[in-house]
Parts: sequence; C-alpha cells; structure tokens
Amino acid sequence: MPNLGFEVLFKGKNMLRLLGGLGVAAKISLISILISIPLGILMGALMTSKNRAIQAVLRAYLEFIRIMPQLVLLFIVYFGTTRMFGWNLSGELSSVIVFVLWGTAEMGDLVRGAIVSIPKHQYESAAALGLGKVQTQRYIILPQTVRRLVPLSINLVTRMIKTTSLVIMIGVVEVQKVAQQIIEANRSSSPNAAFGVYLTVFFMYFIVCWPISLLARYLEKRWR
Amino acid sequence: MKKIYKFLAATSAMALTLSLAACGSTSESGSTDSYRTLSEIQESGTVNIGVFSDKNPFGYVDENGDYQGYDIYFANRIGEDLGVEVNFVSTEAANRIEYLQTGKVDIILANFTVTDERAEEVDFALPYMNVALGVVSPDDAVITDLDAWDPDDEMIVISGTTAETYLTENYPDITLQKYDTYANAKNALENGNGAAWANDNTEVIAFANDNPGYTVGIPSLGGQDTIAPAVTQGNDTLLNWLNEEIESLGDENFFHADYEATLVDTYGMDYEEELVVEGGVTD
Repeated sequence: MPNLGFEVLFKGKNMLRLLGGLGVAAKISLISILISIPLGILMGALMTSKNRAIQAVLRAYLEFIRIMPQLVLLFIVYFGTTRMFGWNLSGELSSVIVFVLWGTAEMGDLVRGAIVSIPKHQYESAAALGLGKVQTQRYIILPQTVRRLVPLSINLVTRMIKTTSLVIMIGVVEVQKVAQQIIEANRSSSPNAAFGVYLTVFFMYFIVCWPISLLARYLEKRWR
Repeated sequence: MKKIYKFLAATSAMALTLSLAACGSTSESGSTDSYRTLSEIQESGTVNIGVFSDKNPFGYVDENGDYQGYDIYFANRIGEDLGVEVNFVSTEAANRIEYLQTGKVDIILANFTVTDERAEEVDFALPYMNVALGVVSPDDAVITDLDAWDPDDEMIVISGTTAETYLTENYPDITLQKYDTYANAKNALENGNGAAWANDNTEVIAFANDNPGYTVGIPSLGGQDTIAPAVTQGNDTLLNWLNEEIESLGDENFFHADYEATLVDTYGMDYEEELVVEGGVTD
C-alpha cells in the first residue's frame, strides 16, 4: 500500500485536534438544525397562507437567502453587523445565525411544498367530519406533511453539516481547517499527508451523516 | 404531535432571546472607533493578532495545537513587550483587511505584503521581511541573468502570479509556459519542459532546498516587496508603538534570530540576508 501519510495523525495531539474540529462543525450544525426545523415548519405553514402580504414577504426572504451564497451571508453577519451597528458577535454565533436563516428558508420551502402536495379531499373530508381549521391542520395535514418531509429535510441537514466548512472564513476553526493545518505543518516531512488526512475527514463526515440517514429510514418505515 | 408543538415553542423562544441578546450589545461599542488603542489593549490584557494557521513556515499550527512560525515568533514577542497575552486569530488571505477594518483583530501578522492598494485601507508598520521574485533552474544550466536569456528557451510560470505579470511587462521577449497549479509547474520543470521557473522567491528557494539538482540562480528579481504588520487605519498609538518596537528589536538582531529559529529549515542559511529586514530598514 502506498504511503498515504496516515502517520501525521498520530503525531502529538493531531487526532484529538481533528476530532475537536469535527465537534465544532457538529455543534454549529446541530444547534442550527434544531432551531431551523421548527422555524422552517412555521414558515412553511405561513407560506401557504392566503394573505398576499405574508406570501410576498416570505417569498422575498426565501429568494434573498437562496440567491446569497452562504459565504456572503457569513461576511454580512460577522463583519457587516460590526461595521453597521458595532455588534461584536462571535464567529460561532454568527455561523449559527446564518445557518438558521438559511435552514429556515430552505426548510420553509420544503414544508410549503409538502403541504401543497396534500390532496384537497383531505381538507374536505376533515371539514365534513366537523373539524375546525386549526384542528384540520393539526390532526390531518401536519402529520402527513411531516411524513413527506423526512427524506427532503435529511438532504438539507446533511448539506448544512457539510457547508459548515465555510465558517473558517470568519475565523471559526473546524475539522476541514484543522486538516489543512495538519497537512501544511507536515508539508516537507510527509508530502502525501493530504490523502490520509482528507480520507480521515471523509470518514468523520460519514460517521456524523450516516446515523442521520439511518434515523430517517427508520422514521419513514415507522410512519408508513 | 404535541411534542413537536412544545419543541417549536421552546425553540422559537430561544431564537427570540438570541436575537434580543444580539441587539442588547449594540450600544457598548457602537459609536466609538472600530479599533482599540494601545492603552485599551494593555488594559484588557490580551492583544488579538490575526495570523495564518496553514502557511508553514510563516504561520502554522504544530501537532500540539500551538501556533508556530516566523510571524508567530514576532507576535509572541509583541505580546511579551506589551505585557499582555496573545490571542491568535486564524485568518485567510481573503479576509485580512476585513478583520482590521472591523477591529476584530488589533494587528495582522499574516505574511501581509505591503501594496499601494492595501495601504489605502489599512496602516502598515515598518517591514520585517522581504519578498521578491526568484528564478530556479537545473544545476547544469543555471540561469543567473534574464538579459542573457536564450530566445529558444521557455520560462515556466504559474498563471495569475506576480511572476507572470512582471515578466510579461518587463521581458516581453521571453516565451512563457503557463501552468495553473503549483504541482503542474513543478512537474514541468522536473521534466525539462522549460529552462527555468519564476515564482515568489520564498517558493523557489524552498523548492530548490527540497529538490537537489536545482539552484536559485536569481534570488531576487525586479521590485522588492516587503512584508509588514498592519493595524486598523487611524490607530496611531498602536502603529507608533509597533514601529518603535521593530526599530528597537533591530538592536538585538531579533529578526535574524527569528529566521534562525523558524525559517532556516526551509530556506537554509544562505538566504537570511535576502529575506530578513532588521529594524525596519530596507536597502
């Protein structure tokens, strides 16, 4: 087997540093996901509202977040708020804010799509049974929506986890950056270290994202 | 579903407090200048210094998680002489100016090359290192003078580098062979596709040191650029302190000691005078 430079992982605290970096990425994405899923559900429900004003505002918000690259959003929240308002948000808090803004928008659109896909007869049957508007939403529409949402949101969640690698641009050192640091620190002693280190990082992302896929599969089966 | 509702309520409450907390901190630092003066830094007990964390041997992180390198050696001395702790902030080439302009770091020591454009946005202190272009060629046909360039030969450059711009402007007769990446340019030289390779002198010197059979025939070509610490524009107390610090460090040959501690493994002893600027004095 060719030398892939795995030895650099066992130098000093390198492995611990890499895991620490993974912890930072996981923490930021987990907090963001936990906040943006419920907010996204709320936003999605509001997006199906008949009120034109609400629709327009949410649509504009969604398009704004979608068009803006996440990197630009990170710069706006981290540096922009300091320039404009003198706030001094930490890098991690800025990251969470950006990922919540992004996650809520994307999740909202997924929820909207899922709600719209519920056939009309479900509403009519509910009305025929004498359920009120809120009751219809709560007992008929939402449970079906959530079931349809699972595979879609898993896709979003894993995307959010992987996008955390951008937070280095606002000074938050996560797993990808630690990997670069290790490779670069050993540039002359282990020139091949990039392969081994990135392979390890690949498995780390896999270990984080795989259980989420498993959970999704489990939920899909259970709710069928 | 009940659980989901409770959860929803709890998290929206959390998000609300989060945004309120963010609003709360506006008034404290809002109106004043974005930088911290020398005395403010000393009172706070820490100086925030933006450095590279993956540019060996200038600023990198070793296997114990400690910052190391030429820039770091100087940063630690700054902290010592200011009487404060150093808080290293990992910066990237693309966000160094932004960090200074928003006052999120007090000093940038991330191998920052002094240019006119940058000087309009940040204030540079005295330089502590030189950079220039260099030309490396095989030992059996060392190129030492571009004026004696054989018109049949081709020069290897990496697209978009200062070497490419400089040669196109000043030596239009030299045929350039352009490569996109460092690795491709390196292969081209090793395969003999070109007579020599022009790049930043730190890069070609490190290459020649790592690869026997190659010599840097021209260690500094064209205009010499310098590398200097930078502070937020207008932060004169800190800028003056840094300038005095660099001048007084010259008396003890501090940057030579820095070179010998951090750069000698990569560049060898031969380039010490070429690269080090002592006491802020360039020639």
